[in-house]
Amino acid sequence: MIRYFSSNFSHLILLIGIFIMIIPVWLIFASSTHTASIINTQGLQFFLGDKFLENYTKVLLYEGGFFKEITALKMFLNSFLMATGVAFLSVISSLMTAYVLVYFRVKYATLLFWIIFITILVPLELRIFPTYSVMSTLNLVNSYWGLIIPISASAIATLFFRQFYKTIPDELLESAKLDGANTWRFFIDFLVPLSKTMIVAMFIFMFVFGYNQYLWPILVTSSEQYWTVVMGLKMMSGSIVNKFAFVIMSMIPPVLIIIVLQKYFIKGIFQDK
Amino acid sequence: MKKVQFKSNYSQYFFLAPQLGILLIFLYWPIIQTFRDAFTMQDAFGFGRQFVWFDNFLFIFDDPAYLIAFKFTIIYSFVITLVTGAIGLILAVQANNVMHGKSAYKTLLIWPYAIAPAVVGVMANYFFSERFGLLYHLFNDLWGFNWYESVFDSYIYLIIAGSWKQISANFIFFLAGLQAIQKSVIEASIIDCKSSLRRFWTITFPLLMPTTFFLIIINITYAFFDTFGIIDTTTIGAPSGETRTLVYKAYMDGFRGLDLGSAGAQSIMMMLIVLVITIFQFRYIEGKIHYN
Repeated sequence: MIRYFSSNFSHLILLIGIFIMIIPVWLIFASSTHTASIINTQGLQFFLGDKFLENYTKVLLYEGGFFKEITALKMFLNSFLMATGVAFLSVISSLMTAYVLVYFRVKYATLLFWIIFITILVPLELRIFPTYSVMSTLNLVNSYWGLIIPISASAIATLFFRQFYKTIPDELLESAKLDGANTWRFFIDFLVPLSKTMIVAMFIFMFVFGYNQYLWPILVTSSEQYWTVVMGLKMMSGSIVNKFAFVIMSMIPPVLIIIVLQKYFIKGIFQDK
Repeated sequence: MKKVQFKSNYSQYFFLAPQLGILLIFLYWPIIQTFRDAFTMQDAFGFGRQFVWFDNFLFIFDDPAYLIAFKFTIIYSFVITLVTGAIGLILAVQANNVMHGKSAYKTLLIWPYAIAPAVVGVMANYFFSERFGLLYHLFNDLWGFNWYESVFDSYIYLIIAGSWKQISANFIFFLAGLQAIQKSVIEASIIDCKSSLRRFWTITFPLLMPTTFFLIIINITYAFFDTFGIIDTTTIGAPSGETRTLVYKAYMDGFRGLDLGSAGAQSIMMMLIVLVITIFQFRYIEGKIHYN
């Protein structure tokens, strides 16, 4: 084994790192199980209190937006719809685009390549007001499509699929052609099953990306009905412990997905097989 | 490119249509509008539009607030890149070093990556609140920390809030980079060089250069764009506009001030900065680093 430092030292450093990552979240979680008066008089709590059920159900079912037109539960539903929509739309469209870029002899291949990939340099933040005006021209303000489509307009996943396709041996297409596969059959029967890990990795990546959006949902939803969790955090009314509870709950979906599907995510992003 | 390909045929338009359609309508159309906004000025009632050449650009350079935001953005991206890169690298080297529990450490260190910047900001808020913020009181006892008034202290606040989750991203990429280095290279280096620290700086670190430069770009992009949610939930620019990034300022000018000409010009300035960094990365750095 190759070592730079003794193993004990490494464990110590790693434990400090984990401590820094976990302790802020733990303090908020522990504090979210107390009453507001305890927090206000004694500050953040390290040990658990006995108001867990009370605070969390109150947040999920009763507390809501500024005008009380929405509950946290509905915000979670909106966030989930938005994130899933973004992931589906961008993964499917990227998968198809990368297929043409790698497997078709296209006439203006270089031009097409640049039209698609230069867009990575222009994130939504740089064109946010014009995007809003396009959405309002198309009547998509205050709608799920309004939340989803502009976030899916990203060629990042296309870049990853393209890199992945390029590592697939040429023999695959040769043998598929011998079997008489056309462009559709090759895509559906050969390429998509082979890209499974990459598809899952990109799905996770885009899901988290969609779920974590903050600025765009603020701009595109004037009606509380379409509020998402991440933007709702700042807008939410209610007592401090309910806010703590909401913060903790808002982290759970993306963190859980990253932890559970970690293997696929890392395999896909780094393309090691 | 592939040697074996399909001939150009009609199905390619079907495969291209969804993404190209979305990009043209929801990306290219707004970009064209950004350019139109940047070079025109609307009258107060929004009826007319006048072509004003570079007036909007000249105006933002005359604006002291723009230069303050520019300065903050540069300092902020530099510090975030340095802090998260260094801590991420230290943790990755240790995780690569241990025999037992490697995957447990990995899991316990990567999850903050998934948390939204705005959520991190709301959380940081609780630790820096005057009422019960632990870090506020700790720093206040140490040197009279008060981010409502001191520019330096508000920088500290935002650097801590902005770095926390980004350490994870740096850790994941550095660890993958370390694991990709061939064992034989390291084994050979042990024979030549006894000092482990020197071995790290002369052999391992140069081999990590591609990862390092990739992460520099990732961290700069994060500090430019993703920190919007953090700033908007923490300092909101406090003490008085010193902690606004260029993106944050452009948004405020467009949204609060309804000055789309200025917001457009600021967006185009940002596009130029991103373009310069990207070209620099491809032309200058990629040519100078070693790939294994």
